[in-house]
Amino acid sequence: MQRPLPEPDADSAPFWEACGRHELRVQRCGDCGARRHPPRPLCPHCQSARVEWERLSGRGEVYSWVVAHPPVLPAFQERVPFAVVLVALAEDPGLRLLGNLLDCEPGDVRIGLAVEVGFEELVDGVTLPQWRPVERVG
Amino acid sequence: MKRAAAIVGIGHTEFSKDLGRPERTAALEAICAALDEAGIAPAEVDGLVRFDMENTSEVEIAQSLGLEALRFFGEIGYGGGAGCATVGHAAMAIAAGRASVVVCWRARNRSSGGRPWARTGMRVGGEFQFSAPYGLVRPVDQVAMVARRHMHEYGTKSEHFGAVAVACRKHAARNPHALMRDPMTLEDHQASRLVSEPLRKLDCCLETDGALACVVVSAERARDVKTRPAWVLAASQGLGREQSVMTNYYAPRFLETPSTTAARDLFAQAGIGPGDVDVGQFYDAFTPLVTLSLEEYGFCKPGEGGPFAEGGRLEWPDGELPVNTSGGGLSEAYVHGFNLILEGVRQVRGSSTSQVEGAEISLVTSGAGVPTSALLLARA
Ligand SMILES: [Zn+2]
Repeated sequence: MQRPLPEPDADSAPFWEACGRHELRVQRCGDCGARRHPPRPLCPHCQSARVEWERLSGRGEVYSWVVAHPPVLPAFQERVPFAVVLVALAEDPGLRLLGNLLDCEPGDVRIGLAVEVGFEELVDGVTLPQWRPVERVG
Repeated sequence: MKRAAAIVGIGHTEFSKDLGRPERTAALEAICAALDEAGIAPAEVDGLVRFDMENTSEVEIAQSLGLEALRFFGEIGYGGGAGCATVGHAAMAIAAGRASVVVCWRARNRSSGGRPWARTGMRVGGEFQFSAPYGLVRPVDQVAMVARRHMHEYGTKSEHFGAVAVACRKHAARNPHALMRDPMTLEDHQASRLVSEPLRKLDCCLETDGALACVVVSAERARDVKTRPAWVLAASQGLGREQSVMTNYYAPRFLETPSTTAARDLFAQAGIGPGDVDVGQFYDAFTPLVTLSLEEYGFCKPGEGGPFAEGGRLEWPDGELPVNTSGGGLSEAYVHGFNLILEGVRQVRGSSTSQVEGAEISLVTSGAGVPTSALLLARA
């Protein structure tokens, strides 16, 4: 059973293409330099449409998390209970990205846990950014 | 717009796990009941406002009611955020002279019709493209993420959320229309299974079939109805900086929902403060939405919504602020919060099954964590 896949649009396509190259990139305003995520057409600070895609270190820390228990989508049935984490990125803690936490039991997740990005290749050339603890936990 | 319009009729079907009839039939039943209660003939209706998620169109309603001349109609978006705004838009249309009798409704077979999240497609666009691939698709997961951070920052506990559920159940036990009337204790809440940690089953609203409607009329028309009018004292909508729908995770102020914006405008319009509110109906798809709303609507300081819920403060009859006095979405019925509007009306009419004595001002809120709306109703 395949999990839901992202459907890239004009603004988000460069994000997913970068993931395919195992790079974590976010939008950066071509005028005022403010970073933003999720990808959007205009900078919320200066309304510029000029965009650069900045490569980030892929480091961050857990800002919040949940552990999903049944009932879940069929694609996730065999993983329950599983954690979904919201990660605040190192370069700019105001930037937050979701993902699953791999190589870590749900019981060992905590806010502030240092994580780094990894890339999970799925079908149809889709690559998802995922997260792993920087140091072994548990 | 203050007191330019009033809710003069309310109606609903029974609430059920399986209503056994189509949503549009239920919608019409609720609408006819609301008009009948007010003593207003369907032919007088010249405005309709609905949720954009509503499956029954204005056209279908107008056809069955035999409406001669529908002059005003509109749709409000964002699921449970829409409820109070349907009344708000009706009141604005009336204040602007564009309509004089406006019906608002919500009909939803959300129990027999299945769970929307279970129909998540194989490809997901929009902002959910950054959440659905990770299995974060259920509203309970989306809200749990916010609840967890609130617990971390302020020490909010699961028991605080449980106190909300217990209060709603106590009120539901007194309401013959409520679906869940068996007693519930905090221990029951704590023993209920985890659905999306930190949230448990008893943090979640019911899954219900049912329909509700209300009739909003001009001050002039309100003089000649069979019921005691509930004045629309203020109606607001809200969406703050860089906020999102459900996965409201990317804005600069993480624990702020669109309710903050709606609350500010609501009280400014009315020229009163939270201290003037006698009773509250808070959107309660999940318990943390109530504790957050207590903060955002100004009943306590940021971070104190959890402790505020304790000690019976939300319970009728002796609590400082009785909330969700019909049982709310947690124990009466979950029909996108429209039952909260009807209960807000009952409180200022003096006809609730958990009536706050002498209630003059009633607050109703719609979905927190989505673009939202709110109402202040006043006793006539
Ligand atoms: Zn800019």
